[in-house]
Amino acid sequence: MNVRKILTTLTASLLLTLAAGQAPAAEPIKIGSFLAVTGGASFLGDPELKTLQMYIEEINAKGGVIGRQIELVHYDDGGSPKKSVNFAKRLIQKDKVDVIVGGSTSGSTLAVMPLVDRAKTPFISLAGSVKIISPVQYWTFKMPHTDAMAAAKIYGDMKQRGITKVALISGSGGFDKSGRTQSLQLARQYGIEIVSDESYGAKDTDMTAQLTKIRDTDAQAILNFGFGTGPAIVTKNVRQLGIDLPLYQSHGVASKKFIELAGDAAEGVRLPASALLVADMLPDSDPQKPVLLAYKNKFEAKYGPVSTFGGHAYDGLHIALEAIERAGSTDKAKVRDEIEKTRGFIGTGGIYNMSPRDHLGLSLKAFKMLEIKNGNWTIVK
Amino acid sequence: MFDQILQFVLTGVTVGATYALVALGFSIIYNASDVVNFAQGEFVMMGAMSAIAMSAGDGIPVFLSLPLAVLVTIGVGILLQRFAIAPARGASVVTTIIITIGASIFLRGVALLLWGKSIFAMPHFSGEQPIHIGKATLLPQNLWVMGGAAFLVLGVHWFFNHTTLGKAILACSCNRTAAQLVGINVGMMMLIAYGLSAFLGAMAGILVTPITFTSYDAGVMLGLKGFSAAILGGFGNPMGAVAGGILLGLIESLAAGLISSGYKDAIGFIILLLVLFFRPSGLFGKATSERV
Repeated sequence: MNVRKILTTLTASLLLTLAAGQAPAAEPIKIGSFLAVTGGASFLGDPELKTLQMYIEEINAKGGVIGRQIELVHYDDGGSPKKSVNFAKRLIQKDKVDVIVGGSTSGSTLAVMPLVDRAKTPFISLAGSVKIISPVQYWTFKMPHTDAMAAAKIYGDMKQRGITKVALISGSGGFDKSGRTQSLQLARQYGIEIVSDESYGAKDTDMTAQLTKIRDTDAQAILNFGFGTGPAIVTKNVRQLGIDLPLYQSHGVASKKFIELAGDAAEGVRLPASALLVADMLPDSDPQKPVLLAYKNKFEAKYGPVSTFGGHAYDGLHIALEAIERAGSTDKAKVRDEIEKTRGFIGTGGIYNMSPRDHLGLSLKAFKMLEIKNGNWTIVK
Repeated sequence: MFDQILQFVLTGVTVGATYALVALGFSIIYNASDVVNFAQGEFVMMGAMSAIAMSAGDGIPVFLSLPLAVLVTIGVGILLQRFAIAPARGASVVTTIIITIGASIFLRGVALLLWGKSIFAMPHFSGEQPIHIGKATLLPQNLWVMGGAAFLVLGVHWFFNHTTLGKAILACSCNRTAAQLVGINVGMMMLIAYGLSAFLGAMAGILVTPITFTSYDAGVMLGLKGFSAAILGGFGNPMGAVAGGILLGLIESLAAGLISSGYKDAIGFIILLLVLFFRPSGLFGKATSERV
């Protein structure tokens, strides 16, 4: 007991001295974050944390924002919504952060939303689900495109090609199921009829049975909403069965890994993806190009291959800091209002134009329709 | 309709052949040592992953990496027996099951640390040009899987029925003490049994990975399906395990094609439950406790 008392006193006095020593400098701006740095969703949280740390270091070196340094307080939620709630509480009550940028998974974000609402703390989420912004929640914003937008982008492209009958095949994972629901809901709006709705298990190794059924329908194209090995196997099976229909994949497979796995079978596959994937192929007139290349080069110089997920953290951090700059303070209500007023912010995910009714602020233009040709991406005009 | 069903059957037999090899591994270990080895799926993953790792980049050529990967996996199987199962000799069935589940989690963890979370592909053995049978198609690799499985199953059958070594392993399972009394080195026989099932697992992994891809956690599903197949055929009956595997593959494929792809796994398990309800010892298991 005594030792602890002494330690507490010592620490307290040390902190006081430190605070006194820094008295002339303003208190740092506190950015809070909870991310899935480890666990199954670490492919999201890991690049997100690296991005936040990298840019906060850079901005601090340049003197910070509104004359104040930035301090990142981050916790690893391992992708668990329960842990996220605990960490969000700690960020709000104990660390007293000014704004939260985090929430790698939709589950974590949705679990934390009621909390930030009660605490009246601005929260920029890095997760995908459309439920985060629809209906709009006063204190929550989000950066990544939604699966509904991916489906809409695909249907738009199909319409241009005169395709009206589509066979849907999707996996059993959360991403897959949500994509399937959005695809079914949006189909009518684009005048598209879903003639077949098949599914497969997350770890299934052969989808020829489902695709044989699809082959005998009058579908004009196949849409596969999936994640992991499933889409690569579907792509290979489609070619094996000699099905000649155009094959669409979702943004869930927007990585070089997919081309590597599916090999020659991937030729001609179309999918919507973030512009970051094809940054160097964009025309020079594209306003996003310099932002994308700068982020890509900076990240790759330090950590290796860039991913769209780290890009969301870049967008979230910069939107939050610009809002603080415009607000001229860290007053939470003012910062929230300024985030909502974000217009024409050029990020890695697209050009953000937020409004009280749209807390994402991206249009379908943010997605590029890509086609795989000769083992590489090409942009479909 | 006929073309469709032919395609479903071809698909089912290929998938079933993989289940059969995993189920056979379950049976061999169960016969030799009364242990249900839940790390059997991890043997499949280890075989495939180590083959890919060894031939990646400027590694050794594929034809060399495959036998080496099989050897590595056999080594893993023997180590598992020697350091995890053997020290717990005489422990209850539940204890040994917990040990093998622990071993499977451990092996997955090792694979995760060594090779990360990525998905890996392997080249097909003889091209990817589909073979047409009517309107149904088949990949050359599917023939490799079916042929390889048939060859291994016959080999195992011959080993247990026509070699002294195989018969010695069976003797250990029938009566350990008696086997020891007639001069059989029981400890050695156990090691051979684990090595043999690890060998079968590794072979299954190498044969199917060109079609299915692999990752550190690919063994979980295969282990479960192989276990179901072994139960369906009659636990402890090697040929029953093979029949159970192919049957399970066929059920899944036909259910996905003819009824509903969303419920194919459920249909597989319902049939498994029905079989167990009417024939608790599985389709080809003997009602008595005699094994093999």
